[in-house]
Amino acid sequence: MELASAKLIGAGLASIGLAGVGAGVGIVFASLVTSYARNPSLKQQLFAYTLLGFALTEAIGLFALMMAFLILYG
Amino acid sequence: MISSPLEQFEIVSIIPLPLGGYDFSITNSAIYLFITFGIITFFMSSILNKTMFVPGPWQALLEDMYNFIMELIEQNCGAKGQKYFPFFFVLFSFLLVCNLLGMVPYSFTVTSHIAITFTLSLAIWIGVTWIGLTTHGAHFFTLFVPSGAPAALLPILVVIELISYGVRAISLAVRLFANMMSGHTLLKIMAGFSFQLFALGGILGLVGSTIPFILVFLITGLEIGIACLQAYVFTILSIMYLNDALNLH
Repeated sequence: MELASAKLIGAGLASIGLAGVGAGVGIVFASLVTSYARNPSLKQQLFAYTLLGFALTEAIGLFALMMAFLILYG
Repeated sequence: MISSPLEQFEIVSIIPLPLGGYDFSITNSAIYLFITFGIITFFMSSILNKTMFVPGPWQALLEDMYNFIMELIEQNCGAKGQKYFPFFFVLFSFLLVCNLLGMVPYSFTVTSHIAITFTLSLAIWIGVTWIGLTTHGAHFFTLFVPSGAPAALLPILVVIELISYGVRAISLAVRLFANMMSGHTLLKIMAGFSFQLFALGGILGLVGSTIPFILVFLITGLEIGIACLQAYVFTILSIMYLNDALNLH
C-alpha cells in the first residue's frame, strides 16, 4: 500500500480516540449542572472545578489528535 | 497554490545571526516574544505610574488580575506558596498575552511550538521537584505513597504514582501546545474551504462560501475563550504541583 494512503487511513483511525473526549467533557458539564441544582454556590468553586476538569479531559483527547497529526504530516 | 494548513507554524529567520556554530537569528517567534514582553511591560508600567487610592478602570483591571492569581495560590497552595506569587503572575500574564496575540490575524502563535511549551513545563517540573526535595529531603518520596492504601497494593501504586508524576512535565506542555496548534490548524482548514468554495464563482460560490466563513467566525470566538482558559489551566496546574511538593498530601 502506498505511504500516502496509509497515512490517511492511520490519521482517520487515530481520530477515533476523540470519541472519549466528547463523552468525558459531557460528563464533566453534566455533573456541573447536577451539583449546581443541588447547591447554587456557583462562581465560588463549582465553575472553577468544571473548567479545570474540562481542560484536563480535553488534554487527553488532544494527545490522540496529536498522534493523528503526527501520522498525517510526520 | 493550496498550501498546507501547517505552514502558519513555520519559523522564519528574519535577521540571521549565526554565532559560534549556533543559530541565534531573530526569528518570527522571537519577534512575537519581544512583542509579548513589550505589551506586558508597557501595559503594567503605564498603569502603575499613576495609581490612585480609588482605582480607575485600568488599575481595577490590574488589581483584578492580582487578586485572581492571589486567590488561586491561597486556595490551592496555602501560606507556603505565597512567596512564589510573582512567578505565577508572570507565568499567567505571559501565557495569556502569547495565546491572545496568536488570535490576531496573520500573526504567529508563540505557544504553538512544543519547544517553547516544553521548555516552560520542564523548567517548572524540575523547579517544583527541586523545591520539594530541598524542603523535605528524603521525606519527599512519601508523596508517592497514597495514604490509606492497603499494604499489598503498595508496590504497584508507587510505580503508578511515579509514572504519573513524571508524565506531568509532558502533559502540561502537550496540553497547551496541542490546544493552540489544533485550534489554529482547524481555523486554517475552515478558511481554506471558504476560499475554495468562493473560487468556484457564481451564486453557488457566494452562498456556499459564507457557511464555512460563519463557522470560522464562531470557532474564532471559541479559540479566544480557549486561549484564556489554557493560560488559566497551565497556571493553576503549576500551583497544584507546587502544592504537592510543599505540602505533601
